[in-house]
Amino acid sequence: MTGLYVVLAATVLAVVFGVYRRVTDGRPRAAQDESVRLDAGQLGRELGTSATFVQFSSAVCAPCRATHRVLSNITADEAGVVHVDVDAESRLDLVEQYGITRTPTVLLLDRAGVVRHRIVGAARAPEVLEALEGVAGRRAA
Amino acid sequence: MPPTVTPTPIDPRGPRFGAAITSVVLAVTLLLGPGTPALVLLVIQTAVFALGSLVGLSSQPYGLVYRRLVRPRLSEPTQLEDPRPPRFAQTVGLIFAVAGIVGLVWAPVLFYVAVGFALVAALLNAVFDFCLGCEVYLLGRRVAGRPLVSAGSEVRA
Repeated sequence: MTGLYVVLAATVLAVVFGVYRRVTDGRPRAAQDESVRLDAGQLGRELGTSATFVQFSSAVCAPCRATHRVLSNITADEAGVVHVDVDAESRLDLVEQYGITRTPTVLLLDRAGVVRHRIVGAARAPEVLEALEGVAGRRAA
Repeated sequence: MPPTVTPTPIDPRGPRFGAAITSVVLAVTLLLGPGTPALVLLVIQTAVFALGSLVGLSSQPYGLVYRRLVRPRLSEPTQLEDPRPPRFAQTVGLIFAVAGIVGLVWAPVLFYVAVGFALVAALLNAVFDFCLGCEVYLLGRRVAGRPLVSAGSEVRA
């Protein structure tokens, strides 16, 4: 009987976790603390003149590819918006500093480098555009 | 993308098909409970994980079944994926399966816990296309501070 209970518990756990992730993943969450910044020096790249997406990726992460495509498409249409894809493993300093727990995680910075949104999981294009609009201060694409 | 060496991409439906078979095998193992039949099944599943993890996805038996029997009946994949995430998932599966075998021999509680978690991970992969092992990978790297997966070790899948 124990085996049956374990199978049922595992199934319920998988479904609850899976549905939770389905609902919450890839949606930008506004930063509570607006004093957190990431500057060009730390990043090793110039920031965009209106906004910057800093994506943390890893080799073992399939949704990172999808997120990369979504953000590349968005930045291709937007002058002043830069997309930087960081290999999390080679920048564990940033991973620690910004509390990145899984990939892909995207930080959306405004022109001053302030972290305004955080997107965890495969990014959803419509919601990302909406967040970008708020940060860049004009209608995105 | 950050990886410097990009291995040959694979059809992402292959690992998902494999996860479905893995889910069934692990569920049956749990239902059988401690005993010789469960041990035999778990040893087979462990060998499957070991081939996928240590040798490569091209040698993973469920992947072979997918490519020989299933893929010819499906349309072309809309996109291909890097084999490193699913290969890492096989490594995580291998660790849990070995723990399950140790549990069968030693302590049934360990068997139920290890195989139960492996089942959760396999179901998430099969049903939701989530790779739990891949998600905790970064946490592992933060703790270990060195690469667990070498880039470009996969040649063909």
